[in-house]
Amino acid sequence: MKIDAKNYDYTEINKIVRESAEEKFEFDNVLGQRYLGAGTSGKELLINGTPGNALGAYLNGSKIIVHGNAQDAIGDTMNDGAIIVHGNCGDTTGYAMRSGEIYVQGNAGYRVGIHMKSYEDLYPIIVIGGKVGDFLGEYQAGGIIIVFGIGVEGCPVGSFCGTGMHGGEMFIRSETAPVGLPKQVCCAEATDEEKLSIKHYAERFVKHFGGSADELLKSKFWKLTPNSASPYKQLYVNN
Amino acid sequence: MKYEGQVRIPSGCAIAAVISKDGNKMTGEAITDAMKPMHDRSNGLGGGFAAYGIYPEYKDFYALHMFFDSRDTRKGCEVFLKEYFEIVKSEIIPTRKIASITDEPIIWRYFVAPLKSVLASMQLDEKEYVARAVMKINSEMDGAYVFSSGKNMGAFKAVGFPEDVGVFYKLDEYEGYSWTAHGRYPTNTPGWWGGAHPFTLLDYSIVHNGEISSYDANRRFIEMFGYKCTLRTDTEVITYIMDYLIRRQGLTLPEIASVIAAPFWSTIERKTDLEDKEKHIYLRTLFPSLLITGPFSIVFGFNGGLMALNDRLKLRSMVVGEKDDKVFIASEEAAIRIMEPDAENIYAPRGGEPVIINVKEGAF
Repeated sequence: MKIDAKNYDYTEINKIVRESAEEKFEFDNVLGQRYLGAGTSGKELLINGTPGNALGAYLNGSKIIVHGNAQDAIGDTMNDGAIIVHGNCGDTTGYAMRSGEIYVQGNAGYRVGIHMKSYEDLYPIIVIGGKVGDFLGEYQAGGIIIVFGIGVEGCPVGSFCGTGMHGGEMFIRSETAPVGLPKQVCCAEATDEEKLSIKHYAERFVKHFGGSADELLKSKFWKLTPNSASPYKQLYVNN
Repeated sequence: MKYEGQVRIPSGCAIAAVISKDGNKMTGEAITDAMKPMHDRSNGLGGGFAAYGIYPEYKDFYALHMFFDSRDTRKGCEVFLKEYFEIVKSEIIPTRKIASITDEPIIWRYFVAPLKSVLASMQLDEKEYVARAVMKINSEMDGAYVFSSGKNMGAFKAVGFPEDVGVFYKLDEYEGYSWTAHGRYPTNTPGWWGGAHPFTLLDYSIVHNGEISSYDANRRFIEMFGYKCTLRTDTEVITYIMDYLIRRQGLTLPEIASVIAAPFWSTIERKTDLEDKEKHIYLRTLFPSLLITGPFSIVFGFNGGLMALNDRLKLRSMVVGEKDDKVFIASEEAAIRIMEPDAENIYAPRGGEPVIINVKEGAF
């Protein structure tokens, strides 16, 4: 179903997606409508334009492809599915997501993957092609965040990366390690074996946006993990 | 009725701005439309605009935009104004009657020049004289508020959604080279006409999305220098801080950004450019009470330019884009694309990184 979204607000668009028997939708001229595809399962949304905040919030298995830039908090508390952005996106990408995958071709803003978590077989993945702002993986509790830094000079992540991190992993493609990391974060150059563990996601990334996964993985990566199973155990009390 | 604190009001607010670096004039229609996709960031309790270059025929006079609660208040205030100013023109600010904007006060504007003899006897420079008069009216005259006091610029604000406020004030009939806009979602303070943004003093205006955690520290400091925070909201203190640092302290805009959104000491410590490091240590040490903490994105307007700035942690969103001679700033990219569908180089400035746009010399 192809729809010109110009004069629709988000409730109307989401109603169409939820109530239609069709599975595939293409929306043109999207401009600022929030919550698109929120909470849906089994649908595929192709969005042309600039979707508003909280795109794919609580997404539960649908696939959303954006041709354009996305705004803040895409995949907020997402449970399953995929969001693929052919462009940049804003702050708090993948806010508290607990499964599913987000691929962004260009740059993302501050606090990417904040509060991201995993549980048993639920395991969220965020892959950013360009650079990100400060506080990458803030309070990260699970899942994998990958930043490729394609075409970026220097380290593609900002300051305070991994503040409050206590689970999961980050992979940063860069000649130099991120600066100003908190004490609770362990940063080491990724081994070939560790790089192999993200090959699958690199392949998906290049499938969406082009390039070569092998070329990407030839570069130096830094792997960030919390430096013990419970890094904040004795922060307040001796327990 | 439940008050904030008993009920949680999620913070929102929307800001937007457009400026022509060549000084080309635009009506207020585009900036009004830009607020539409961000409608849900406001809740109808305040909307407003600042426009620069709109009064070329009176450009040598201070344009006082005022709210009055009654005709008597206006008459009383005019007596005061006449003691200090030559009033070259006074008129009602034209508005449209629309269903979405109600309970408006009396809205008036005066184009004034300080009385030379009084100015000379008070031994003040002209801007200080005007600023003091504004403070006096706003703090001492019940029911009278000056909400704009610069030359060749004006603020227009009301209780309502910003896209309605633009229609109410007939902004499509004004032409300016620079516009800022605000949609309000008050969280801790009342929604009233004087509390809508922008907050202005002389030609300085601020639109602000956020909440100032350091408000009282900032207020106590700035009130030592004759500024009076009377408008029942936190944002006005930013306007007075800007005025103090520019007009009285002579700081540049990048220096001011380093005062109000100062980097963490740990970030300063890591700086390798020693001169830059020294400068930051100096500014943080000299003006510790003017550090603004808590989330904010602001657009500061002045004659001839704009500055956009996020708090150092970047707890609010803000994007910048450009096209030809124009630069666009907004809380959301969608707002920029309403003004210019083909806007280029859209990016989000880092926390504490000022974006300063000046209109080229002689073009405003």
